[in-house]
Amino acid sequence: MDHGIYGGVIVVAEKFDTGRRPVWCPGCGNFGILVALRRALARLGLEPEEVVLVTGIGCHGRMSGYVRANTFHTIHGRVLPLATGIKLANPSLTVIGHSGDGDAYAIGLGHLPHAARRNIDVTLIVHDNMVFGLTTGQATPTTPKGRITRSTPYGNPEEPLNPLFLALASGATFVARGFSGDIAHLEELIVRAIRHEGFSFLDVIQPCATFFNIYREVRRRVYKLEDEGHDTRSLEAAIRKSLETERIPIGVFFETKKPPFRENFPHAMSPPPGQRVPRSVDLSHVWSRYR
Amino acid sequence: MSGREEFTFLVGGPAGAGVFRSGLVAAKTLFRHGYYVHGDNEYPSIIRGGHQWMMVKAAKREVYAHGEEVDAVLALDKETVARHRGRVREVIVADESVARGLEGVVAAPLMRSVREVGAPSVAVNMAGLGFVLGLYRGDVGRLEAVIRDVFSKKREVAEVNARVARRAYEYAAEAAGELALEPLSIGEPPRGKIVIDGNSAVALGALAGGLSFYAAYPMTPASPILHLLAELQKEYGLVVVQPESEIAAINMVTGAAYAGARAMTATSGGGFSLMTEALGQAAMTETPVVIVEAMRAGPSTGLPTYTSQADLRFVIHASQGEFPRFVLAPGDPYEAYMAGFDALNLAWKYQVPVIVLTDKYLAEGYWTVDEPPRLEPSEGKVIRGEYRGEEPYKRYKITPDGVSPMAIPGTKGALVTANSSEHGEDGYGSTDPEVVTAMQDKRFRKLSGMIEEANGKGVKTYGGGPLAVVTWGSTKNAVLEATRDMYGVRVVQVLYLSPFPSERLSRELEGADRVLVVEANKTGQLASLLREHLLLEPDGFLGKYDGRPFTPEEVEEWITGFMEG
Ligand SMILES: Cc1ncc(C[n+]2csc(CCOP(=O)(O)OP(=O)(O)O)c2C)c(N)n1
Ligand code: SF4
Ligand SMILES: [Mg+2]
Repeated sequence: MDHGIYGGVIVVAEKFDTGRRPVWCPGCGNFGILVALRRALARLGLEPEEVVLVTGIGCHGRMSGYVRANTFHTIHGRVLPLATGIKLANPSLTVIGHSGDGDAYAIGLGHLPHAARRNIDVTLIVHDNMVFGLTTGQATPTTPKGRITRSTPYGNPEEPLNPLFLALASGATFVARGFSGDIAHLEELIVRAIRHEGFSFLDVIQPCATFFNIYREVRRRVYKLEDEGHDTRSLEAAIRKSLETERIPIGVFFETKKPPFRENFPHAMSPPPGQRVPRSVDLSHVWSRYR
Repeated sequence: MSGREEFTFLVGGPAGAGVFRSGLVAAKTLFRHGYYVHGDNEYPSIIRGGHQWMMVKAAKREVYAHGEEVDAVLALDKETVARHRGRVREVIVADESVARGLEGVVAAPLMRSVREVGAPSVAVNMAGLGFVLGLYRGDVGRLEAVIRDVFSKKREVAEVNARVARRAYEYAAEAAGELALEPLSIGEPPRGKIVIDGNSAVALGALAGGLSFYAAYPMTPASPILHLLAELQKEYGLVVVQPESEIAAINMVTGAAYAGARAMTATSGGGFSLMTEALGQAAMTETPVVIVEAMRAGPSTGLPTYTSQADLRFVIHASQGEFPRFVLAPGDPYEAYMAGFDALNLAWKYQVPVIVLTDKYLAEGYWTVDEPPRLEPSEGKVIRGEYRGEEPYKRYKITPDGVSPMAIPGTKGALVTANSSEHGEDGYGSTDPEVVTAMQDKRFRKLSGMIEEANGKGVKTYGGGPLAVVTWGSTKNAVLEATRDMYGVRVVQVLYLSPFPSERLSRELEGADRVLVVEANKTGQLASLLREHLLLEPDGFLGKYDGRPFTPEEVEEWITGFMEG
């Protein structure tokens, strides 16, 4: 039984398990994210009915088959607009997006800065394996320069994107990085990301055992921000940390409070759109405009 | 209530001169004089400079479309005179400064009126309206009232404009005596009618259908829907979002619908192109979404501000794979209201995507139509609150009619598992050939109900006779206007283009010895649907693809050719 003890309360993560056996490759980083997510959801005291997982297309997208919750397995790259629509239609739902680095940073990048600046109250967890996993190992926007992949047989000619820097620059109100190889730490990050009111961005280094196995390298270079007294309230400090290249900081880079997007629609929230049974609408007031 | 039966007016000028507002004020003023009115505009895709015009036709009977001629022109610049001189029957009015050196133009003291009242010079268009109304001895009080309504958000501006209009109206008295034009009749507005554009009508129809979430990226000619709903959001409790792209818009709408909201987006062909992948997603996940596609002339950016009916085949087939969808094509604002309402109900009844196909002419044109009735939306097979089924809830449960009960996330006892990949009844991905076949069959089982809907409401026939003219969308207006006085002609309008109402259309065409098709595209897309679904080769096809709506004259001439033969 998958459980942990928090403040004397035993939390069971099983209720978020569909019981299906994941079809990921042995050693895949997605397992770590799956376990951390289930535990985080249980720890938050949520019920599966209150949670919606939106997953993209890629190996990461299979999460929706393995987490017992409401799920929407969307098309490639569209996790954020989908999640935005769900959250605005029913803010009482806890909406979590799972995207890949191809999904979020290549085809779907156009949505990330906007979700961030809107401060839509959803959590985006990017399974960043620095490779297109499901399409068998091509380069993505986070693949290191020079790296040989199936689509870059002479070495990746492009500089990688810095997703944390981008999220910070776009106004995300919660920015963090995790590592699928450190499940307990990741669980903590997911709990904080979900608790944060507003847009939470969590890039998770998720080694692909088959096409880009970098466990050993990541373990060697990774360190925890909280161990080094990083001030999560300082955007400047966060930006500096996001630009670090030699060592890999994980933990919360930045967290601030801003009104979530839905607060722009108080007129539409009692009840919110998703909880309204359609009724006959009196338009007589409007018709007078057209005479 | 004597006075003229008909009056056609055109106001033209540079972009930024308030041409459309003037046209709208003219249309409403004539409506309040007791006329049915129709208004249509033309403008290039620029904000300042460039010629634009709006034409208003008023008659004491139903007006569907404009002819080529106009009675009076208000020219806000010289170009208007040059461009429209050839079509004027009675009078061209321009300010003294514009009219100078131009023959046959009434030089009116419009700027003088503006200055005397102390108004800003942009008010010259209202002076023009006042002057023209004076020439035709209309009721200036009605004009002033319309101005106050149209400028209702800025009271002082409204008052100044009203005063300018009255001053110019008074100046017209002398010229009116000399010209002795047949005066307007002054009566009461047609009872139970409104003057409305297609965009507003489709938006309000959706509101009547329970719309609660709207997301759209601006694109001519659909943007006015966004503007109107954004304005009405507080009064009607809507969430209105302008996202980063049409891709975002359709996915937000899909997310909102999945979460239980009646949701819609609108765009034109370019934006719809970006939505095609998510259209298939809505079909595969059986999420009820509504897309309004207001066509403009393509390909590509094409003629951004001109009309077309060339996206019919595109919307019928858009997105990979095969799936049932509704495509509704209203032809006037009343039908647009009904289509907006029906679209949401049908989307939720069948859990399929619904496309409302309009075009620039319908979207931005004004017609006098019945005030639409208050309607009662129906929820469809939706589960809210708590699921009490015996077996675990399955989002894609196979049912006789193909429609699965749709729980909303948050429902107790149900987990809602939507999947854009092929899946089994429980929403979990599957590639099993039996499952795949069963699910595709399930989705297509909806089609028989959908076809019934199409055969029920999808065709309208006007008049009777052995010569049938088949048309769709806004082109019906020119066809109805053209055939008004023709004997032996029946006009058949197809309103549901997917699924195609074959049975109903065959019935409506019974006894026709010739079938003609009129539509605003080059290749004859409705004509091709008649071949496909009715195995019927039309006896003639009239297409048009210059961005302009058909005129009744060209349609009449073409049809007449078949009557003599
Ligand atoms: C529009 C579109 N283009 C391409 C694909 C093919 N495709 C499927 S998964 C994928 C890449 C996924 O990469 P990533 O998001 O990093 O996910 P991972 O498999 O690594 O978890 C691509 C390109 C697709 N499904 N849809
Ligand atoms: S290909 Fe890589 S990312 Fe995909 S399942 Fe295998 S190890 Fe995981
Ligand atoms: Mg990847």
